[in-house]
Amino acid sequence: MTETRPNTQVMNRAALTRRIVGRCTRGEAIIGGIGNSNWDLWGAGHREENFYMLGSMGLAAPIALGVALAQPQRRVLALEGDGSLLMQLGCLSTIAARAPRNLILVLWDNGSYQITGGQGTPAARAGTDFIAIARASGIAKAHWAADEAEFDALLAEALGADGPHVIGARIDQAPGRDQTPREPVRFAMSFTAAMARPVG
Amino acid sequence: MTTPAAATWHGALLAAFKAQELRLLPYVPDNVLKPLIAAAEADPFFTAFPVAREEEAVGIVAGGVMAGMRGAALMQTSGFATLPNALASLACAFQIPVVTVVSERGTLGEFNPGQAIVCRTMRPILDSMGIEHHTLTRLDEAGFIAERALKQAFATRWPACLILSPLLTARPQ
Repeated sequence: MTETRPNTQVMNRAALTRRIVGRCTRGEAIIGGIGNSNWDLWGAGHREENFYMLGSMGLAAPIALGVALAQPQRRVLALEGDGSLLMQLGCLSTIAARAPRNLILVLWDNGSYQITGGQGTPAARAGTDFIAIARASGIAKAHWAADEAEFDALLAEALGADGPHVIGARIDQAPGRDQTPREPVRFAMSFTAAMARPVG
Repeated sequence: MTTPAAATWHGALLAAFKAQELRLLPYVPDNVLKPLIAAAEADPFFTAFPVAREEEAVGIVAGGVMAGMRGAALMQTSGFATLPNALASLACAFQIPVVTVVSERGTLGEFNPGQAIVCRTMRPILDSMGIEHHTLTRLDEAGFIAERALKQAFATRWPACLILSPLLTARPQ
């Protein structure tokens, strides 16, 4: 497994999101963080098990943790940006303390607040390593994906073996391709209904 | 009233939580909430655990309720003041019945000027978003108000807030 961020390739969020959605065939819940994270999730093809956030920046992982605790038999993924996670780093300790075996946090790291003007994050300027933070927070299964092949391998491991898992991917500056419709009540209702169905 | 009268305010609240099937209780520590947290952590019916920040608790409760596990985020007044964005963008916009339980500091004998000021923001914030809130002041009605407020939150799919006044938590009952 890749240990350090500088050795990782720069990948594309939309392409990796499609790989994730393609692998989620058993009713996995996917929480898309604000902005591009959930636009690319929408763009990868809508599933009722997807939840598309609006403005509560940083809460993808906590929402996913709530779903994971409520339904230990269902795999739950949070797709979150680096700027968002930086706003809520404490959630990594909470996840480590609860240690939900079914939780997967995918971190998209482009070093910038892409959707609000592309300003660099303080983490990027400082060289902050989010995967090192996740491990130091107590999440042992936290790894950078060196390339798409390793991303696939880490995802397969996360979908099959006990977690919690954190997968980090360096991504490019390509904007989200499709904007998720702003229909929060519809998505909350459909997600709730999907969560009431048995895990496939 | 379907919940039997309790001998303590925290007993009344936990009975209301049980009656309305609230199990998930993320909390940010607070001295007043100590007996409520201790009793919840000792009861296997509940999943009560500390989180780093109040927003996180709102996210966890929102995820839990959409996945079929009702809950409440426990905090004190100053922590509630960090929540308007999460309540507006998540709980209200998506119509998710996120319950917050706030021990009220900043009134009736507060020594900390900061707490006294932030306390005045709480009800205007709740009112501005149309979040129904009830201030619990008496042991003999705490269980009834809590259970009815929770029942309405889930029936109408709208967040709600229970404010625990020092009249309930500090006054001899």
